[in-house]
Amino acid sequence: MAARALFSSKTLARVVRNDAAKPLGVGVAAAAAMHSRGLHVYTLPDLDYDYGALEPAISGEIMQLHHQKHHQTYITNYNKALEQLDAAVAKADSSTVVKLQNAIKFNGGGHINHSIFWKNLAPVREGGGEPPKGSLGWAIDTHFGSFDALIQKVNAEGAALQGSGWVWLGLDKELKRLVVETTANQDPLVTKGPNLVPLLGVDVWEHAYYLQYKNVRPDYLKNIWKVINWKYASEVYEKESS
Amino acid sequence: MLRHIVFFVLLFKKACCAMQGPKVNAKFELKPPPYPLNALEPVMSQQTLEFHWGKHHKTYVENLKKQVVGTELDGKTLEEIIVTSYNKGDILPPFNNAAQVWNHDFFWECMKPGGGGEPSGELLELIERDFGSFEKFLAEFKAAAATQFGSGWAWLAYRASKFDAENAENPPSPDEDNKLVVIKSPNAVNPLVWGCYYPLLTIDVWEHAYYLDFQNRRPDYISVFMDKLVSWDAVSSRLEEAKALITST
Repeated sequence: MAARALFSSKTLARVVRNDAAKPLGVGVAAAAAMHSRGLHVYTLPDLDYDYGALEPAISGEIMQLHHQKHHQTYITNYNKALEQLDAAVAKADSSTVVKLQNAIKFNGGGHINHSIFWKNLAPVREGGGEPPKGSLGWAIDTHFGSFDALIQKVNAEGAALQGSGWVWLGLDKELKRLVVETTANQDPLVTKGPNLVPLLGVDVWEHAYYLQYKNVRPDYLKNIWKVINWKYASEVYEKESS
Repeated sequence: MLRHIVFFVLLFKKACCAMQGPKVNAKFELKPPPYPLNALEPVMSQQTLEFHWGKHHKTYVENLKKQVVGTELDGKTLEEIIVTSYNKGDILPPFNNAAQVWNHDFFWECMKPGGGGEPSGELLELIERDFGSFEKFLAEFKAAAATQFGSGWAWLAYRASKFDAENAENPPSPDEDNKLVVIKSPNAVNPLVWGCYYPLLTIDVWEHAYYLDFQNRRPDYISVFMDKLVSWDAVSSRLEEAKALITST
């Protein structure tokens, strides 16, 4: 804990994968077996920046635990659930297929949400915190009144969310409008509507901020805007709204 | 409903001693744990308790007071507010704060310095009767706590015969009654809202309960809670109170 890792996330992600594969032993065999049946095995995506690069908004220690431990656990359990699902489908075991849905939603959702979250963040020197320009900037003004009004809305909904979950800025592709939504636990945005595309997700699980902000979630929400990667959100918006 | 209230009065008689007199919101005070904040070191750090009790629990109390004052809930007991504001699952604003105040009061009393080990007497007998063995109970309780998605609580509770469970969505069948059960609940929800449960033990699995000491390692926190913190005395005396109430009504 004291030794804050300043390795690149890439190196660490590799270390984690190797560590995870070794003691299991069966991991490799299981992966091979899954591969032979054409089952995709999910792996931890690398970050585009170092763990410490978002400081002081988000500490390197939080980023490392969040990526290496939390996200990795969702992936591990998602792969496990998919493997069990595959076996249950092969055996036509409908009761198990249905029973697995909760684990798939939670762990698969955890993988989806965190993969988006990492893309939503960027160090200040790489443009983190720079307000969106172009069509997304216009759309935000149109739907929320102003960029600041959007931030206030997200912060208010994020602070009010009970327990663990996410606050989203999404695009409703059908109605062609921006929406702010919250989801519980690891439910992805699509659970709030099949036409919703996430542009920005803010993780308000306590693990996302507790080591630094403790019980003061509003301060975390206030500071995260300094490292939001609006370039990514704009790209998704432009692609999905065209 | 009346039975509920009688039970809660018994269950919380210690807490209620200081609350005699007219029902006013002043009764929602931040109740300290029955031990100093550093007493659970090194298992649960003083820092964790300073935040968990001194900030989180305190905020629930303060917010509840604000939400209740001047409303029809003003003057009601904490338990009445919980059951009323749960509103059959379509929860009303005061629910989260009311239930979290109750849950934390209950949680602090579930622990003691030098706790852990095994229960004894009738509690152990019932655990062995209803789970097969203490080890099997332990495994079930730990699994419930570990698999609660997101924030929430795991409970050991006595499920009594079905009675006026007006909040219950799926009342248990009669053959499942009158036994110890392990259940889990999301966020602020606790077994009181389902009408037929007498909570005996709980573990808080919100991340704020363990993150400073264990970070992402929730299973380690759960293990050490059962090994070194749980106060089986408290659980036994709650069982006594529940039984007394069940047989007297």
